[in-house]
Amino acid sequence: MSAPLQFFGAGLPYLPPSDYPGVLITVEGTDGVGRTTQIVMLRNWLEVQGYGVVETGWTRSPLIGRTIAEAKQGRVLNPLTYSLLYAAEFADRLEKEIIPALRSGFVVLADRYVFTAFARDVVRGVDRRWVRDLFGFAPIPHLMLYLRIDVATLIRRVIARGMIDYFEFGMDMAMGADPYNSFKRYQTMLLREYNQLAREFGFHIVSASQKPERIQQSLREIVSKFFASRRFQGTPGSALDATDGNIDSGPPDRLLQSQAT
Amino acid sequence: MTTSATPTETGLVLKPHEWPGRLIIVEGIDGSGKSTQIRLLQRWLESLGFLVFFTEWNSADLVKKTTKRGKKNRSLTPTTFSILHATDFAHRLVTNILPPLKAGMIVLADRYVFTAFARDVVRGCDREWVRKVYQFAPKPDIAFYFRVPIDTALRRITQTRQVLKDFEAGMDLSLHVDPFESFKIFQGRILDEYDQMSAENAFVVMDATLSIAEQQRIVRAVTTERLSNYSRKPRIA
Repeated sequence: MSAPLQFFGAGLPYLPPSDYPGVLITVEGTDGVGRTTQIVMLRNWLEVQGYGVVETGWTRSPLIGRTIAEAKQGRVLNPLTYSLLYAAEFADRLEKEIIPALRSGFVVLADRYVFTAFARDVVRGVDRRWVRDLFGFAPIPHLMLYLRIDVATLIRRVIARGMIDYFEFGMDMAMGADPYNSFKRYQTMLLREYNQLAREFGFHIVSASQKPERIQQSLREIVSKFFASRRFQGTPGSALDATDGNIDSGPPDRLLQSQAT
Repeated sequence: MTTSATPTETGLVLKPHEWPGRLIIVEGIDGSGKSTQIRLLQRWLESLGFLVFFTEWNSADLVKKTTKRGKKNRSLTPTTFSILHATDFAHRLVTNILPPLKAGMIVLADRYVFTAFARDVVRGCDREWVRKVYQFAPKPDIAFYFRVPIDTALRRITQTRQVLKDFEAGMDLSLHVDPFESFKIFQGRILDEYDQMSAENAFVVMDATLSIAEQQRIVRAVTTERLSNYSRKPRIA
């Protein structure tokens, strides 16, 4: 039932052989799509059903997260070091959180994954092939969710939130002093990359311009189907159909077919 | 002991640069005498009136605090160790190495990416992966590799400063409880890696058991020959 982990590249050669009964689910989407809110809801829903859930998020490594924050503050990062620092941060969480959790049969919910680096770093001018190679040690997720949004909706949402983040606005890229123009250009490029990644890796796409409850419903539907197809049971006796009542039984989105990996 | 290593052709070689400056690097295990040799080379080049810029591995402090913290509580995995050092190197490359190269100067580097190629693989990282990570680094114009037997290196280190640093001995890899034995095993593996990458990366292999003066004579002769097409006052962009 538990398949070996598959990696984007050579993986981690020094890992002792092991079974990985857990499931790795990644949630991608640019800043301001409501990713974190959705993950909290998804986690609750899974836990109610008895699944053990471990959440992990971009830049949350205790060892390296702070280094990134400091480096950003000092604005000493160039596209290469930016990319590498995030890779180190991710590697730290991968080996200390994600892999142990997968080994123990948890559902790992990753708030952003390597695709964030693939998109951001390429926009910052780093070679596409190189970033992919750099993250060759990362496992390929079992399920990839993508909250897609259009630039116009995103811009209004982020501006309404009222915070201008130097990097989120792409202002390190010297695209001019006007935050609005900079943000728009940066996010447009970023979304183009994400959409391309979605096609390339077979992301399950959910529109993030819907109401949060609708988004959540779609996400749950995808996860349920995936668990069923994989016969994944985190806890003995936890029946997936117990929650079917919560889910809209509309026609399945054409993008919800289980992926071929 | 270390002569039997068969070359590993990875096909992943560094790309030559096209800047007007020249990049000369030295590699070798701790105690090989490479730092002494590069310092003598620097003095000589400066005495000839060349503009020289010297840089060494780990001189950038972008991630110093993190690696220090990680080394202290041994929480660095081979992969995080590798990438953090790559970050440090990338920082040093962009801020220290590339500007003088673009300005037409001679850059002398004490250790270069080959240190990572050897060390990270010995620590367990994938050989090709490490080379891919460092693809952004330009190929040096001259790479001197100071080849020395482990026992000689160990004797040099203990004669000059009496103590072996834990990381230099690879103590975190639990190869041996005795730091001296651990050093021999760890640096022996590093030596194997250097030997294997030597041909692919066109190393100028130096017999580091020769006298300091004799080695320096060779270093200067090779440098003179390789710098024959170097213009002291190149046109710069």
